[in-house]
Amino acid sequence: MSEGLLFDSLFLKPFLTGLAYAVLLPVLGCYLRLRDEWLAALAFTQVAAAGALGALAFAAPPVIGGLAAAAFAALLKHSSSHVGNAVYALLYLAGWGVAILLVANLPLAERLARALFDGQLYFSGQGHLLAAWLVLPLALAWLLRLSRVLLVSRYLPGHLLATGRHEGRFHLGFDLLVAGALALATMSIGVAAAFALIFVPAWIVCESASGWRRALVLSALTGAAGYAAAFFLAQATDQPFGPILALIFALTPLSILATRRQGQPHGTPLPNFD
Amino acid sequence: MSPPASGGIAVVDLVAGYDRPVVGPVSFRLAPGRVLGLSGPNGAGKSTLLAALVGGARVFAGCIESTAGLKIAFQGQHPPLARGLPLTGRELLGLAAAPSAGLPDWLMPVLDRRLDALSGGQRQFLHHWAAFMSPAQAVLLDEPTNNMDPLGVAELRKVIRARASSTAIALISHEREFLEAVCDEIVRVGGEAGLQ
Repeated sequence: MSEGLLFDSLFLKPFLTGLAYAVLLPVLGCYLRLRDEWLAALAFTQVAAAGALGALAFAAPPVIGGLAAAAFAALLKHSSSHVGNAVYALLYLAGWGVAILLVANLPLAERLARALFDGQLYFSGQGHLLAAWLVLPLALAWLLRLSRVLLVSRYLPGHLLATGRHEGRFHLGFDLLVAGALALATMSIGVAAAFALIFVPAWIVCESASGWRRALVLSALTGAAGYAAAFFLAQATDQPFGPILALIFALTPLSILATRRQGQPHGTPLPNFD
Repeated sequence: MSPPASGGIAVVDLVAGYDRPVVGPVSFRLAPGRVLGLSGPNGAGKSTLLAALVGGARVFAGCIESTAGLKIAFQGQHPPLARGLPLTGRELLGLAAAPSAGLPDWLMPVLDRRLDALSGGQRQFLHHWAAFMSPAQAVLLDEPTNNMDPLGVAELRKVIRARASSTAIALISHEREFLEAVCDEIVRVGGEAGLQ
């Protein structure tokens, strides 16, 4: 790919659109790990995709359908007493089922579904770009307000119980934030890319970083670097963006794990990466 | 019985539990200047009693009266391990608004390590320190000597006695010697008193 291609607005807009999510999603991913709810990423992306497809049935914009469905999923999870990954697994299954049925029964849905699951980044326009760069600072500012309560409820749960502070609204706020960010990201970069960005950088960095703030910064940098590599590689090889990003984010940690395994004596357990 | 004027908690004929009553009736008073110990056999409901004070268990009878706006720090038996997460000891103290100055010498060098890289005793002591040095006016600790070696227990005694003048403190422990060393009053839960 020539250097000038990146600065061609045809590619610059999609690149910058995805870059905003490549910075935001890994940071949100750290907080999902904090709550031990990483499966939320898969659930919200799948439900958002189903919502976007469902919007077609009502001739509504897919982004509205995606946001509404993800927000509904967040509220459903919050109102459920089954906190944690079990709820997200059920939401994922429901989202997948609805999405596939819509594709089977709505002629228009098949094309959108393909774009959502392949990653339609190259078709991102001015609206996607503005939305992404509006969401990035707003979401980070919102997260800054929620951060302390989320950390305290994980590490010092008795302090919140004891001061009578109602932490529930903070958790709901975070659920809605993740759902909204993932819904918008899914519309721009696709289901698998959004999941990869929210899951993998946080997973790698949280295992090794020393310090929460450092982990947030490193996650964002890892997400941005992996995203940029995927974007350029997809361009250079004329391949769809989503699968390339998914492969980079899957194969890099897998190769690191394989290297570590080779360097360890037989029978030595690998570090805990669950 | 009303809460102490200097700030504290008055517990009157309290019967607490979850689906059904587990402990009580029990009465005691928590106030700055006095360290209260709760002892009793396993299953007597000591942890349920502390949980009730912070709204974590159901009150079936009796009452809990506390000074308006009282800030309480409650530390359960097992501090969260949070394996695979990068928070350091220093960041933990920051969350509790607890200063690190005054920490024992053996903890200072590991303060910038991840919590999941610390020993159980080191992590336990840090959580207790976070509770005692936070702005809380009442501190409730459940089995605070868990995982701690004699050096850690000795340091914990010093911290408790140092904070006792300005903080209402309640401790649950199976270690009679520890309770007798740091408490001004010991209430036995279960056994010959309370629900059987």
